[in-house]
Amino acid sequence: MSFDPGAEAARATAGILADTLHGDARGVVVDSPPGAGKSTLVVRAALELASAGRPLMVVAQTNAQVDDLVLRLAEKEPELPVGRLHSNDSDPYDKALDDLENVRKSSKAGDLAGLDVVISTAAKWAHVKNVEPWAHAIVDEAYQMRSDALLAVAGLFERALFVGDPGQLDPFSVVGAEQWAGLSYDPSASAVSTLLAHNPDLPQHRLPVSWRLPASAAPLVSDAFYPYTRFRSGTDHGDRRLTFGVASDGSGPDRVLDEAAESGWGLLELPARRTPRTDPEAVRAVALVVRRLLDRGGAAVSERAPDPVPLTPDRIAVGTAHRDQAAAIRAALAELGVAGVTVDTANRLQGREYDVTVVLHPLSGRPDATAFHLETGRLCVLASRHRHACIVVCRAGVAELLDEHPSTEPVQLGVTVKFPDGWEANHAVLSHLTEHRVSWRP
Amino acid sequence: MPHPLDARALAALAANPGCRRRALLDGAGVDKTALASKLGSPAAFGQSQFAFMRGNAFEAKVKADGGRELLRLLGIAEPGTVRVPELAAAGPEGRVARTALALREATEAGTWALLDHPLLSLEVAGSPAHLEPDAVVVHPDGRWTVVEIKSFPMIDGAADASKVGAAARQSAVYVLALERVAALTRGAEVAHSVLLVCPKDFSNLPTASVVDVRKQLSVTRRQLARLTRIEEIAAALPDGVTFDVEGCSARELEAAVESVPHAYAPECLSACELAFHCRERARGAGAVEALGRSVRGELGGLTTVGDVLAAARGEEGDADDPTVEALRRAAALRAEALACR
Amino acid sequence: MSLISTLARLEAVESGRAQPLATVRHRHLSDRPLVLVPLTTAGEAGAPLGALVGTDPGEPRLLVVAQPRDRDLRFAFLADLAEEVLPYVDSFTDVVEAAERSETDPETGKKVKVEVDLCADAPQVIVPSRAGIEYVRLLGRSMRFRRTAEQDPETPFPAPPRVPLLGRWLTHFGERARVPGSSLLLSATDLLNRHWATGQSSLEDQHLGALLAWIDADGPESGAEAALRAELGRDPQGQLFCPPAGPATDPAFDNRLLAPAIERFDRARQALASAEDGESADERLGELHVAEREIRRLILSQLRPTWDAVWRSVELLRELPAGERVADRWTRDRWSFTGHRDRIVAGEPPQPRRDDAVTAAQKLAARESAQSQLEAQEALDDPLVLAGRRLAGEAFVAEVVEVTMAWSESKRPSPRPLLTVRTDDRPHLGEGTKVYRSLEGKPQTAEFVRSEEDGSLVLRITDRMGRSKEPAPGSVPEKGERIAWTLFEHDQRVGAKLPEREETPWTHGGPPRSDTPDPELPDAVTPEDLL
Repeated sequence: MSFDPGAEAARATAGILADTLHGDARGVVVDSPPGAGKSTLVVRAALELASAGRPLMVVAQTNAQVDDLVLRLAEKEPELPVGRLHSNDSDPYDKALDDLENVRKSSKAGDLAGLDVVISTAAKWAHVKNVEPWAHAIVDEAYQMRSDALLAVAGLFERALFVGDPGQLDPFSVVGAEQWAGLSYDPSASAVSTLLAHNPDLPQHRLPVSWRLPASAAPLVSDAFYPYTRFRSGTDHGDRRLTFGVASDGSGPDRVLDEAAESGWGLLELPARRTPRTDPEAVRAVALVVRRLLDRGGAAVSERAPDPVPLTPDRIAVGTAHRDQAAAIRAALAELGVAGVTVDTANRLQGREYDVTVVLHPLSGRPDATAFHLETGRLCVLASRHRHACIVVCRAGVAELLDEHPSTEPVQLGVTVKFPDGWEANHAVLSHLTEHRVSWRP
Repeated sequence: MPHPLDARALAALAANPGCRRRALLDGAGVDKTALASKLGSPAAFGQSQFAFMRGNAFEAKVKADGGRELLRLLGIAEPGTVRVPELAAAGPEGRVARTALALREATEAGTWALLDHPLLSLEVAGSPAHLEPDAVVVHPDGRWTVVEIKSFPMIDGAADASKVGAAARQSAVYVLALERVAALTRGAEVAHSVLLVCPKDFSNLPTASVVDVRKQLSVTRRQLARLTRIEEIAAALPDGVTFDVEGCSARELEAAVESVPHAYAPECLSACELAFHCRERARGAGAVEALGRSVRGELGGLTTVGDVLAAARGEEGDADDPTVEALRRAAALRAEALACR
Repeated sequence: MSLISTLARLEAVESGRAQPLATVRHRHLSDRPLVLVPLTTAGEAGAPLGALVGTDPGEPRLLVVAQPRDRDLRFAFLADLAEEVLPYVDSFTDVVEAAERSETDPETGKKVKVEVDLCADAPQVIVPSRAGIEYVRLLGRSMRFRRTAEQDPETPFPAPPRVPLLGRWLTHFGERARVPGSSLLLSATDLLNRHWATGQSSLEDQHLGALLAWIDADGPESGAEAALRAELGRDPQGQLFCPPAGPATDPAFDNRLLAPAIERFDRARQALASAEDGESADERLGELHVAEREIRRLILSQLRPTWDAVWRSVELLRELPAGERVADRWTRDRWSFTGHRDRIVAGEPPQPRRDDAVTAAQKLAARESAQSQLEAQEALDDPLVLAGRRLAGEAFVAEVVEVTMAWSESKRPSPRPLLTVRTDDRPHLGEGTKVYRSLEGKPQTAEFVRSEEDGSLVLRITDRMGRSKEPAPGSVPEKGERIAWTLFEHDQRVGAKLPEREETPWTHGGPPRSDTPDPELPDAVTPEDLL
């Protein structure tokens, strides 16, 4: 039986909208794997709720997400009256919003009363008191929202659509919260886990197709990070191609670029060595790969355009685990004269999309793995930002490092075990990458 | 006389899978307690007879009433007939065979059954290890559930997470061994969650919690697969090395132990009988791991106390190496702050 | 662990002595703390074996349960403990000072200041180790739901009168101890570990004897050697020179000394019970007393070294001057103490077994804010802590090389002076990044403008310069001043208010149900408790 991604996705979306607009449940939960059209869904649901005359509040987690949603809504429906509720800080929202005629901005919810849609961050919504509850809410990035943040805002709406990606980084707390582990409303858990623990019968949907990840990446990401809720790629092998105008010079970076262009994945493996976090060789290798990617006149062919689109710096991202690594790579890129390439940590790359990503493996050169470096969501974010290819730079020896990782994790009674385990997911990704390995001694 | 591996020892392998010394000694069945004593760094493990007595009394209470108490903890109020097969037999092999037979019969019978202290065997690094779970419950539908009885309390539904973790790892070994039997038994399936039974609050009334051990299972599977590499470790030993604790002198044993590399970390102190011996060696060598695994994180390629301090003081090391550079900045900032006192 | 504390540990290895991790004391120390050293029976939750307790290092009160499985003896122990601890707690409840608290007026919904009592000082309980803190919680949990005969004449095993109250206080101390930087309940190991780095791992640092061996070392012996003796050294009878700091005992002590002594005690009790006449009863009572005295002697032998070690730790810490903002955190502890005093006076029920959704979220928020506040305050109080933040790029110390006056572009221009500063630190600054310095104990904000060619930084001061066009005297730094700037805020923002318990939303299970079983129901009775 052939798989028609467009039809599958449309069927899922129709089911979600039917439950949201016409169902009786107070909540609807939608799991969205990377690049499955979450933002499109949120905008569509918002417009339909607004046109059905239901006052809508939208809760996102960061100001950037809020501004992005406002811009998307205005792009789709310039006439729609939208309120942007913002903080009292200086420079509280994207200046681009000032150009939108029907977007009203205020730090007081009262000023925005009566608008069809009001959008803000969870943190700002939590300060809104003594207002008539909204008939409907959309909670975006609900898996990255903490349970206590939902507790603070849930009184503001009657019903809600919760949308998010369960595979990305979990919310965390800077102090111990073990004493509440196992409680359905553990304040440090994710908003969705509390919601579902108390309302197990809510309709749960998932978007079945990733439009971002190419056919070379979707199976691996799905198997390694979403073993119980699999998804497919919206495109097939051959739909996307990465080509270079300049032939390989035979160097490690060029060979790994060719491998990645061919297969969608590339592992540039440096000799095993214990290194500091900002391993100078690895940092330079990452920068070189990016430099060569641009120098060789990379171009991407995809279902979006009939002709090859040149790979420009804004279509490339570099992902790291730590901020100092990102800073070191930025410096190395500047030294090589590269500008305009996004370099950031996994946390900040969540929700973003590029043609090609270059990743410094979180375990590269480390003496040991830690819970931070093994966190499933971190690797998942880094391995699922690309439309064409992902190149990982890593020191040899990570498989042994994983094998020697002591597994003495404490177990809290009553806490649902989260799958997959970071240790296993790392092994899965690594063994796949090994098939696309280019060993290189800089 | 080899000292057979038990589930606790197998589970403890996961505490430091990178340690070849431990893998070899455990795989070869060396009595590490005796070895540690002979090396002059006896292990500090022991059990209080109060805990021992209390634990036994509690287990008896849990298994009382022909297994019905246990089934009640599984949530089965009216189990009907509960079989409690006799498992006694001559020798470990006999008991293992008797257990397999009882499991098969109970599964075929399609009723509830409680196996009290069954004996399972699992091949580890080429030799059989004998494992004795507290109990196994056979469900009428052919599912087998491992029961682990512990004497730490569950207070208001919560228990010490590190102890639960250890119990889960231990249970995972039983599940693995049971799966070998189930593979040969028609209609049998081993549950991947186990029943952990503990005293409730401050009483000795039992209460229970179902613990999902899928993670521990996958880790244990991988560790056991790795243990087969013991032969490789052994092959790398010099000729004539033996760990005959009774036959060899302390000096010979010390040399033998020294011929297998260790991977000491402070966590070993609560998990391995040889830990104090290895700690002394690690400290003697100036290994930074002796101060904790996490200490290594920012030290890059520097592995000894002397090297790190020399680099920090500018006596050694390449100033362009980010580790050395960070160390020098750290040392300067620390000195500046201490000078303020 | 930050590289600076790693270095301190390595230096400790090299020198054989602990090295400082702080230049000031970061926790409040009471002039009159109550030290509690508890021991528990192996294998049984909440079966105390004994304790040393008191406020005078020279005169501890010894409490012993000669047969831990005897409920009456256990209750007697808890009653004695209440007799020691509660008068100490009570001595702080009545001395109050007037303070202001902002409350929401129920009629107008506006914030108003109300004058309330604040206890002028608060109790401080110090236990040997983290396990001791956990044990205080356990004791609190085991006692607070007990019922006295007065509360419930029907209860089969009434607790002595003040025991449930002690349970509530211990529970409060135990919960408060989870708040970062709080000091109502402290452990000696945590206190020492905060201020000194030893040449061993943080796991080994949990052993009070070994820890003190590094910090309080004198003579030629190295810290490592002294610590090893504290960990493992045994006398010819196989008993540890340095018994564990509890509450767990050493198995060798249990098996070789304690078990036989308890057996003798049990036999003497049976003999007494079966005595047939007064004369033999007297004689057997004498034997019972001998057996009991022996158990007391044994327990004391395990407790006393730890008792002395805790007091020695307190002495060592008193030698450090208190950080400037420590008193501020102690005031929060006093508020916490006063609040619980008021709840008890108001007749509120004991703390529930598990928090409801709103309480849990409130506690988590309070602790997160206490954590950031603690981190900020410690860095402001202590150059050595600040050094760690500087290394991490979260703070920098800079010399002012130029001050350029400038004003904001508004109708009423406000001063916005530009500072050019020079630093060797490497702060993570981006355009518009806010930085803060402490000006007369209050934070002053500046924003990062740009880096100059020569590496110096340009900052613009944005607040705390008064209302006039000219900045208030002293509010703008002068050329040549060396100033510590932080990228983190000094005070915490007030978090959002959570809903009332009764308004718990549907996402979190709705309001707590009133028809659930009585949360105060005492724990089940164990037949085995009875001999």
